[in-house]
Amino acid sequence: MALQSLDIVRRSATTLPEPQARGAHTGQVAKLIDVTKCIGCKACQVACMEWNDLRDEVGTCTGHYDNPADLSDQSWTLMRFAEYENPDSGNLEWLIRKDGCMHCADPGCLKACPSPGAIVQYANGIVDFHEENCIGCGYCITGCPFNIPRISKKDSKAYKCTLCSDRVGVGLEPACVKTCPTGAIVFGTKDDMRQHAAERIDDLKSRGFDKAGLYDPAGVGGTHVMYVLHHADQPSLYSGLPKEPTISPAVRLWKGIAKPLGLFAMAATAAVGFLHYLRKGPSETDERDEEAARRELEKTS
Amino acid sequence: MSEMTRRQFLKLSGATLAASSLALMGFSPGEALAEVRQFKLARATETRNTCPYCSVACGVLMYSLGDGAKNARQSIFHIEGDPDHPVNRGTLCPKGAALVDFIHSDSRLKYPEYRAPGSDKWQRISWDDALDRIAGLMKADRDANFTTKNADGLTVNRWLTTGMLAASASSNEVGYLTHKVARSLGLLAFDNQARV
Repeated sequence: MALQSLDIVRRSATTLPEPQARGAHTGQVAKLIDVTKCIGCKACQVACMEWNDLRDEVGTCTGHYDNPADLSDQSWTLMRFAEYENPDSGNLEWLIRKDGCMHCADPGCLKACPSPGAIVQYANGIVDFHEENCIGCGYCITGCPFNIPRISKKDSKAYKCTLCSDRVGVGLEPACVKTCPTGAIVFGTKDDMRQHAAERIDDLKSRGFDKAGLYDPAGVGGTHVMYVLHHADQPSLYSGLPKEPTISPAVRLWKGIAKPLGLFAMAATAAVGFLHYLRKGPSETDERDEEAARRELEKTS
Repeated sequence: MSEMTRRQFLKLSGATLAASSLALMGFSPGEALAEVRQFKLARATETRNTCPYCSVACGVLMYSLGDGAKNARQSIFHIEGDPDHPVNRGTLCPKGAALVDFIHSDSRLKYPEYRAPGSDKWQRISWDDALDRIAGLMKADRDANFTTKNADGLTVNRWLTTGMLAASASSNEVGYLTHKVARSLGLLAFDNQARV
């Protein structure tokens, strides 16, 4: 059961982690997106909408192939098309990246979220939003190094890819993985996906893509959605994929130091107040004080 | 609020501070652990079919409401690729992946319609009327234009003024039969699944 386990290992805005008797002993899950095999057909976008019962508004042409133009509460994944003129080969390369939640091992959204249980991380590695606990503050967007979550205009709650946690929970692959006609998206244990990626990278290197590599950024503890890139040395070519994504220092400072310090200050104030009360007791006034106060009042009025 | 003394204000502030600190430190009342969306296909009826779009003829699985009981009206609510189908092994292109909206589309063609020459309106006709009309027109055209011999006197038995486009969601057997029927009429302009 461990691969599809939905046991919660981390919960937003909860200081004490849930104790876990069970764990992902047979490995965590991962999705591998081989950008070099993607033809940009957008079947993954359609399968995502179909499975998750989402229908985005019909948009307008913005002069490029990205359709819709950006992620939204109704579009949890999006093909981003980039045209790159390779200065070495002189070739025009069409770099198509399936954008969506990366399911970080160390999720910035979860760290930033102030609402208990609105963002959870399962034992199998999936990071999921639970809209019933979401307060719509948008901190997850600030916390996300990949700019993925979107707030819905309809219910003011945050939405993003769930890695089809409802499918994975019963032992199926995510909808986008299943539909991909070229096999550019594959799914399995994280170890298997790393191995698959290594084979693909060897193949790419033998075809002249010397810089081919795996995108599994360590700055966020690795991700459960990984990319095989032809230009792994320049991930920003792929519509601004960050080279070394990290959780924003502001979020880390706030949640890592400022929040515990603040809590300590509050607790200390209460404790000192209580001790003061124990030692000094309530502040009493006698008749002389009252008389002085009355005179003061008369003088000013 | 003017009734509140300095002492009461401090007491109230202290209580608020203590309560909010406790909640912030994770001592909030236990909430039901969040649960994922329920798996929506658990007991749905699964039916195999062939994608109706192109001649690749991918296998699809259609999931419908109810378990087939007499009183449940079936309605397809999800479609995905058939992993056991040798053509696509579970994959679908964007059109195939969107089939469920094709089924429920308002503009889906559900019965034969006829537009008279010069008219801008479609009118609904019965299947019998449609088949009779097609057969009658085919026969008239074939009688008028069927060629038995070419200019050199060679027997050709062809009918060049009509073409046929047949559906893609066909099995091998249907493709074979379609082919036989069309060729036996002498049709040359003919495309169907059997070509693939």
